[in-house]
Amino acid sequence: MQRHLLSTADLTRDDAVQILDTAEELRSLADRPIKKLPTLRGRTVVNLFFEDSTRTRISFEAAAKRLSADVINFSAKGSSVSKGESLKDTALTLEAMGADAVVIRHGSSGAPHRLATSGWVRSSVVNAGDGTHEHPTQALLDAFTLRRHLGELDGRRVTIVGDVLHSRVARSNALLLSTLGAEVTLVAPPTLLPVGVSSWPVQTSYDLDASLDKCDAVMMLRVQSERMNDAFFPSAREYSRRYGLDDRRFARLPEHAIVMHPGPMNRGMEISADVADHARSVIVEQVTNGVAVRMAVLYLLLSREPA
Amino acid sequence: MTAYLLRGAAPLGGPTRDLLLHDGRIADPADAPTNAVTVDAAGLVALPGLVDLHTHLREPGREDSETVLTGSQAAAMGGFTAVHAMANTDPVADTAGVVEQVHNLGRVAGYVDVRPVGAVTVGLAGQRLAELGAMADSAARVRVFSDDGTCVSDAVLMRRALEYVKAFDGVIAQHAQEPRLTEGAQMNEGAMSGVLGMRGWPAVAEEAVIARDCLLAGHVGSRLHVCHVSTAGSVELIRWAKTKGWAVTAEVTPHHLMLTDELASTYDPLYKVNPPLRTAEDVDALRAGLADGTIDCVATDHAPHPTEDKECEWAAAAMGMLGLETAVSVVQHAMVDTGLLDWAAVADRMSVRPAAIGSLGDHGGTLEPGSAANVVLVDPSSLRTIDPRESVSLSRNTPYAGLELPGRVVATFLRGRATVLDGKLQ
Amino acid sequence: MPPAQRSSSTQAATTTPATTRVVLDAADITRALTRISHEILERNKGSADLVILGIPTRGVALAHRVAAVIGQVEDSHVPSGSLDITMYRDDLRLRPARTLEPTEIPARGVDGAVVVLVDDVLFSGRTVRAALDALGDVGRPKAVQLAVLVDRGHRQLPIRADFVGKNLPTSLLERVQVSLAEYDGDDAVLISSADGAG
Ligand SMILES: [Zn+2]
Repeated sequence: MQRHLLSTADLTRDDAVQILDTAEELRSLADRPIKKLPTLRGRTVVNLFFEDSTRTRISFEAAAKRLSADVINFSAKGSSVSKGESLKDTALTLEAMGADAVVIRHGSSGAPHRLATSGWVRSSVVNAGDGTHEHPTQALLDAFTLRRHLGELDGRRVTIVGDVLHSRVARSNALLLSTLGAEVTLVAPPTLLPVGVSSWPVQTSYDLDASLDKCDAVMMLRVQSERMNDAFFPSAREYSRRYGLDDRRFARLPEHAIVMHPGPMNRGMEISADVADHARSVIVEQVTNGVAVRMAVLYLLLSREPA
Repeated sequence: MTAYLLRGAAPLGGPTRDLLLHDGRIADPADAPTNAVTVDAAGLVALPGLVDLHTHLREPGREDSETVLTGSQAAAMGGFTAVHAMANTDPVADTAGVVEQVHNLGRVAGYVDVRPVGAVTVGLAGQRLAELGAMADSAARVRVFSDDGTCVSDAVLMRRALEYVKAFDGVIAQHAQEPRLTEGAQMNEGAMSGVLGMRGWPAVAEEAVIARDCLLAGHVGSRLHVCHVSTAGSVELIRWAKTKGWAVTAEVTPHHLMLTDELASTYDPLYKVNPPLRTAEDVDALRAGLADGTIDCVATDHAPHPTEDKECEWAAAAMGMLGLETAVSVVQHAMVDTGLLDWAAVADRMSVRPAAIGSLGDHGGTLEPGSAANVVLVDPSSLRTIDPRESVSLSRNTPYAGLELPGRVVATFLRGRATVLDGKLQ
Repeated sequence: MPPAQRSSSTQAATTTPATTRVVLDAADITRALTRISHEILERNKGSADLVILGIPTRGVALAHRVAAVIGQVEDSHVPSGSLDITMYRDDLRLRPARTLEPTEIPARGVDGAVVVLVDDVLFSGRTVRAALDALGDVGRPKAVQLAVLVDRGHRQLPIRADFVGKNLPTSLLERVQVSLAEYDGDDAVLISSADGAG
C-alpha cells in the first residue's frame, strides 16, 4: 500500500482486500469489553476539516482513539484558514506539531493530493472527502458492508443512483468496486453524469427501473434539491419520481438485495422513509463499519517505517 | 551607437551570411565600421525580432508579480522586440491616461517596444464601450483592443466594438469564453475532469463565441483577432471563416501547442490556465492549424503570478503561466523539431504576422539591408533544462520547470541595440 | 539487536543453505506435545478451567493439538483458540504492516481461566510480552502459563516458558524453522546455519 490514501484508484486489488480483511478482524473489537488497542500509541492523527462533516470526523476520531493515537481536531471552518491562511501555512503548522497522519476534508478537489505531494508535510495523508472528487474511506466501508452481506464481490451487481456528477462517493465506489470485481452501473439523469464517464470501468443508464431486477445492491446518493436551480432537473418531485427508490421500486429488487446510502439522507427525495428503515437497508450498519474500516486504514498507513 | 557584425548567421535558417546592424538598421556588411563589435553567429539562426500580441505585464496594480521593466526584460530574454501589454491591470487600461503611462514605462525600460492594448469596455465590465478612439489617438497609438481575461459576451456590444474600431484600423482581440457555460470551471471538460472531479470547461464555450464573432466580423466587415485558440473545433471554425474571406486572425499559445489536460491530474495549479490545457487531439489540431496558417501566430499569454497564488489548492489558485522566456524553445520543440514549420515560417508566425495584426510598422520586417535592426539570434542546437530560478520575470510560475527544451536565445537587438548578448541581459 | 524471530515460512525452506539439519522429526514433535500436555495436567491438577490459546500462525495448530491430547486423556472438552498479537507488537514501526490474524476466544471467555499460551518458538520473548498485553484486553485470567515447542534462547525480556518441547541452544546466525502438517504438509523442526541469510 502507498503512504497516502488519496484515491481508490491508487489501491490494487490486494491493497483493498488487505484493508477489508484487517477491518474484518478489527470489527470484532466492538464486541470486546476493552475496545482499545495500543497499536498507535504515541502517534498523532490530525483531523483537518475545512468542511463541516461531524459524522466523518467522529468516525475518524473514534478509529484513531481505539488505536491509542493522539487525536487533534483542527476545524478550519471559521478559523484563520477560511480567512485566507493558506493550505500551505496550515500544513506547516501540522508538520511542526509532529502529525503522523493528516485526515483531510476539503471543499476543493485535489487538496489532499496537494498536501501529500507538495513536500509541505511528511505525514501520511488520508482523503476524507475532497470537493467533487473522491471519498475513499466511504467507498471502503461500502465495500466492507457489501462483502459482509454478499460475500466476495466478484460478479456482483451494484447499482449507484443519483448525482454522480457531484458525488465523491460515486467516484470512489465506481473505481473500488470495479477493482474488487463487481459490476457497477451508474444510474442518473444525463445532466448528472460527468462528461467522459464512458472511460470509467462501469455501465451507465438513465433508467432506474431497467436496472433493478438483477442488482445485488443499490446505493442511493444524496441529491441536493438546490441542483434544480442550476437546471440539472426540473423539480424535486420529478427527480424523485424518476430516480427515487420508493416502495414500488424496492419491491422489484431481488430478495437478497440490500439498500445503501452514504448519508445524510433526504427522505422522500432519493429514498422513501419506509425503504430507508427497511430490514434490508444497511444504512446504520454502514456507520458502524466505518470505524473499523478507518482503523484498518490508519493502522496500515501508520504501522510502517517512517519516511 | 555600437555597430554589430553578426558573423556566419543563418537568416531564417537558410544559407549563412554576415549581418551588419548599424544605426538602427540592417546594413551591408561590406560597410562595417572598423569599431563594429563582431558577434560569432556560426550555427545560430537569425530571425526578425519576435512580436508578442498577448502579454500580461501586471503594471499598474500587481507590481509584486511583474512590472513593465521586468516583463520587458523577460521578453528580451525570449527574443522579443515588441510586446502587447494586456489591459487587465489595476486600474484597467481603458483610458488614454493609463495606456500612455504603460507606453511610457515601456520606453523608459527600453528592452522592447511596449504596445498597450486598450480595454474594449470600461473596467472590463462588459457594459459600456471604453473610449477606444481616445486610446487610438493617444501617444500610445493603440490599435489592439481586448477585454482579455473576460469575454465580450454581449453580442451587441461586440458588434459595436468591431464596427467602431474600423475608423482607425483597430482590431478587437476576443477572449472567447461563454461565461455561463464556464461558471466555476477549473479545467478542460472531458475524461480527465470527470475522473478528477473538477468543474469542466467545455470546448463549446470557446467555439460558440468564436463562431458568433466570426459571423459578426463578416457581417460588419471588421477585423477580429481570436486570442489563445485552444480547441480543434476552434481551428475548424477559423479555417471556415477564412475561406469566407473575412478578416479573422488567430493566435495560439506555446503551452497549448505542447501541454495537455493530463497534467491536471497532479492537481498542481502551475497547470491551471485560461483557456485550460486541452487534449492531445486538440494539441495536434492546433499544431496543424499553425502549420497551415489557419492560426496566424504564436502569442505567449505570459501571465505572471506570485508564488502564493499558485502554492495552494487548485480551485483557489490563479490562472495563467509564464511564457516569454520559453516561447522559442517550445515552438522549436512542438513545430520545428517535428517538421511542421521551418525557421522562415517561425519568423512569419512569431514576428511578421503578429506585427501586421498589431500594426507595428517597425517590426516583423525582413533581414535585408534597410530594415529596422530588430533581430534575434537563436541557437537551435542548444538543450537546456528549465529552471524557474533563472527567470528574469518577478514570478516563477512556469509549467516547464525541470523539462529539457531545445533552443536558446543568444542575442536580441532592438533597433540595433543589444538587449541580450551571450544569452545575458544587457 | 536481532528482531523478534518467529517461525519462518515454508518459502524460506526453499532457499535454505546446504547446512540444514532436522532437530525434531514428526514423531519427536508428537512425543513433545504429548509430554507437554501431561505436564499441563499435572501442574494444574486436571483440566478444569483450562483454556489453550495459540499465537498465530503455528502456535494455533499446536494449541489445538495440545487441547485434543488433554481432552483425550481427561475424556473432556478443553476449549482452545487463537490470540492474535499483531496490534500489540512493539516493532510496528520497523516492519511493513502485517495483515491481522484471527483472534478466536472460546465461548467461555478467559475470565477466571488458566490460560496456556502456545507458540512454536520462544526466542526474544517479545511475542509473549505482546500476547500478555493482548490477553489482558480480552479478560482477566486466573493464571497464565506458557508452552513452546522449541526454546532457542536469546531472551531480551524476563520471560520463561512453563512447558518446553525441546531446549535448543542456537547461535544468533542460525535459523529455526518449524513445519507443521496443518500448514506445511508435514511436521519437522529444522535448524540451518544461514550464512548471513535471513
Ligand atoms: Zn485570455
